[in-house]
Amino acid sequence: MSTFVLLTVTGLGLGALYFLIASGLSLIYGLMGVLNFAHGAFITVGAYSMWFTESKLGGVAVLPRFLIGALVGLVLGGVFAALVELVLIRPLYGRHVDQVLVTVGLGLATTALVTAIWGNDARPVPAPSWLGNTTHLAGANIPNDRFVLILAAIAVLAGLTAFLRRTRYGLIIRAGVENRAMVTALGIDVRRAFTLVFAIGGVAAALAGVLGNVYFATVDPNQGTSLLIFAFIVVVIGGLGSLRGTAVAAVVVGLVQQYANYYASSGLGDLSVVLLLGLVLLARPRGLSGSLA
Amino acid sequence: MSLLAVRDLHVHLGEAHVLQGIEFDVPEGGVTALLGRNGVGKTTTLRALMGLVGRRGSVRLADEEIVSTPTHRIVRRGVGYVPEDREVFAGLTVDENLRLAERDGAARYELVYDLFPELKQRGKQRAGTLSGGQQQMLAIARALLNDNRVLLVDEPTKGLAPALVTEVADALARVSELTTVLLVEQNLGVVQRVANGAIVLDTGRVVHVGPAKELLANTEMVHRMLGVGHA
Amino acid sequence: MSRVRDVAIPLLVLVVLALVPKLAVDLPYVFKDTLNTPGTLQLLALCLVFGGLALTYDLLFGFTGLLSFGHALYFAVGVYLVAISLTRWGWSFWEGIAFAALVGIVLPTILGAVSLRVGGIAFAMVTLAFAQAGSVLAFKNPYKWTGGEEGFATDYTKVPSYFVGILNTKNLYWLALAYAAVVFAIVRWAVSSSPGHVWQAIRENELRVQVLGLRPYGYKLLCFVLASFLATVGGIVYVLLEGGATTEVTTANFTLTLLVMVVIGGTGTRWGAVVGGVLYTWANQRLGDASSSHAVSSLPSVLRTPLQQPLFVLGVIFILVVFFAPGGLARAGRLRRALRLS
Repeated sequence: MSTFVLLTVTGLGLGALYFLIASGLSLIYGLMGVLNFAHGAFITVGAYSMWFTESKLGGVAVLPRFLIGALVGLVLGGVFAALVELVLIRPLYGRHVDQVLVTVGLGLATTALVTAIWGNDARPVPAPSWLGNTTHLAGANIPNDRFVLILAAIAVLAGLTAFLRRTRYGLIIRAGVENRAMVTALGIDVRRAFTLVFAIGGVAAALAGVLGNVYFATVDPNQGTSLLIFAFIVVVIGGLGSLRGTAVAAVVVGLVQQYANYYASSGLGDLSVVLLLGLVLLARPRGLSGSLA
Repeated sequence: MSLLAVRDLHVHLGEAHVLQGIEFDVPEGGVTALLGRNGVGKTTTLRALMGLVGRRGSVRLADEEIVSTPTHRIVRRGVGYVPEDREVFAGLTVDENLRLAERDGAARYELVYDLFPELKQRGKQRAGTLSGGQQQMLAIARALLNDNRVLLVDEPTKGLAPALVTEVADALARVSELTTVLLVEQNLGVVQRVANGAIVLDTGRVVHVGPAKELLANTEMVHRMLGVGHA
Repeated sequence: MSRVRDVAIPLLVLVVLALVPKLAVDLPYVFKDTLNTPGTLQLLALCLVFGGLALTYDLLFGFTGLLSFGHALYFAVGVYLVAISLTRWGWSFWEGIAFAALVGIVLPTILGAVSLRVGGIAFAMVTLAFAQAGSVLAFKNPYKWTGGEEGFATDYTKVPSYFVGILNTKNLYWLALAYAAVVFAIVRWAVSSSPGHVWQAIRENELRVQVLGLRPYGYKLLCFVLASFLATVGGIVYVLLEGGATTEVTTANFTLTLLVMVVIGGTGTRWGAVVGGVLYTWANQRLGDASSSHAVSSLPSVLRTPLQQPLFVLGVIFILVVFFAPGGLARAGRLRRALRLS
């Protein structure tokens, strides 16, 4: 029973991490039709900004250091993403393939730059000790960071849903995902929504980077890219452009990966996710939510 | 003074030269009908005026050149668009569809609800669950919410039952008292009812301009240019 | 007249390239040593392998419009299966090659049949997923065959002597040249054949192809299997050239670099992909060399650090190409006429 609880919570924690990344990807694709390969760069920017900030605040106590680092990570992630949209994506409006290619180039360049500056090795990231401690739940000892991840993902999901339903930009984005041209035909400049969606995606991805630092206890240049691949799989399974589908898919993928890794063998979890993707796409080529893939 | 002046308008879609130098004027006030057989480029003309397709030439709205202006700015100059197939946002409620159409300045909800009281009742209903006729009302309401100088309306009665066609025609008649309308329509009964002037297209060119009633009375011309009726 | 040129120019290029190991020519900055030294020949051979490999990717993406993120898988099949069968299972050279080639036909047939049931983004993701699966397998080192993250060296006693040893680098160079030439010829012939015309039609407008009564699925599968098989052959040449296997060739990143090569060179053109592959590989190597050179180390660190990562420079160049020369090198200005593109 305790194994079941541990596996489930850890699986949900992993799913939470994926959701943070996949939510931005899904919105960006749904609204703009851009498959954003630079999303991994947003994760990396968030992760490294946090680590760098913490390393510069050596004399400060752990908790404030951690929080300030995390905050810096989030802000820089969002700003970086907005800049990417303004400088690289917006000028290529209408050239979808080129937009995707540019994000590919940016993703490669960012990882390389980070490797150049700080090297390829994983660096430890200081975090408050209670994050590494465990809590006793239904007979299992669960690391606290899992709970933080799950809470963060729930907060982001709730926040995003509220934003989409209650604000004007949320309305524009929901309409734009359905029919971008008609939104402009109502006199609305969708391009501002594009930048906003990129910024939101950037902050969420940076949060994934920050929390990934906690989950893996280290930061390294390739973390962003490997997480990105799973996030892509989640987005496609869930249905591009659907936030709810993404959330469901993230949970499923996280759980499948954890259970397979444990009951089959380590590494087989990744394979079973791939299998899952194949099965879902063969049965429903548009993903679970049926949105346009 | 013509509200809309179109000169030498060209549109290429892929390899097809769909509009080959269209020229016409839309006078201020009333309904001008844009007619022609299927596939001659009527919808493309409206889309070109809206900036939704690449175009070249000259389009002047009340003496301001808009041929290179992006769509959202054209709309903000006072152009409302009711596209073929309505294109309401199915996932949004009726209220949200209308809210989206709000621009700066007063939104004329009273007017809209007066013309289409059902939209007020069904405010919280998801637009995708509305009937075809109701969606059409919503699409027109969206364009009417703001005090636009001209409405571009594309086949509003397409696919509607006869009773609804009458309702839409009535609505159009009332709308035309408030603002200029450029109307693409295949249903000649509707044209007869609401239109003042008529412009006829044939394979990407304007072939006739004149009062609508005169054109419709001339069965030979109607048959030749619109492919309807007997010679 | 143009038919003669069509054949004559590539043949001329082939002859010149074949003579390279005999040429004691020094090209300063381009290469470290003269052309006929093992170091330079090794680099040139690598460029040729990637030139050919990039062309196999262009066959999928540039000509048929199939965006695959998993092309690396089939290349890796060639690399790993030869290395494993020779070194871990003790097979003979020709057995190992035949085995890899066989898998290089059967595997894409199966995986392609599954992946091509969906299109667009879904297809790209499925190919990514399959390749990821392969990559994970390589990292996991099942039965200690793949050597895990570090990879392993091939047992050179199993390889024919004319491919072993520094002095025989020129033979490996000629093998790589032969590979590139064969891929070039096959792709050219395939693209101008009648299935090839269907492929290009599919890229333009798949719906229209269906309306014409053809079933795109079969044609796409044919293209997929051909491109993947040729990639596997490239992998076989590569493992001989490099003497071992590493997990680098299984990653999604690797497929992305193929995409970069093809776009920089110019998709769907006769020479674009090959030129892109050659230039990228050369630049990657030479930038790595340059970063440790005196000229670069004397730069202020803000310039020096990024330049020390070839992938950074190449990523930036790629972005610039997409912005300012989206058709790739092959379509840029005068080059267009000089290379007479399809």
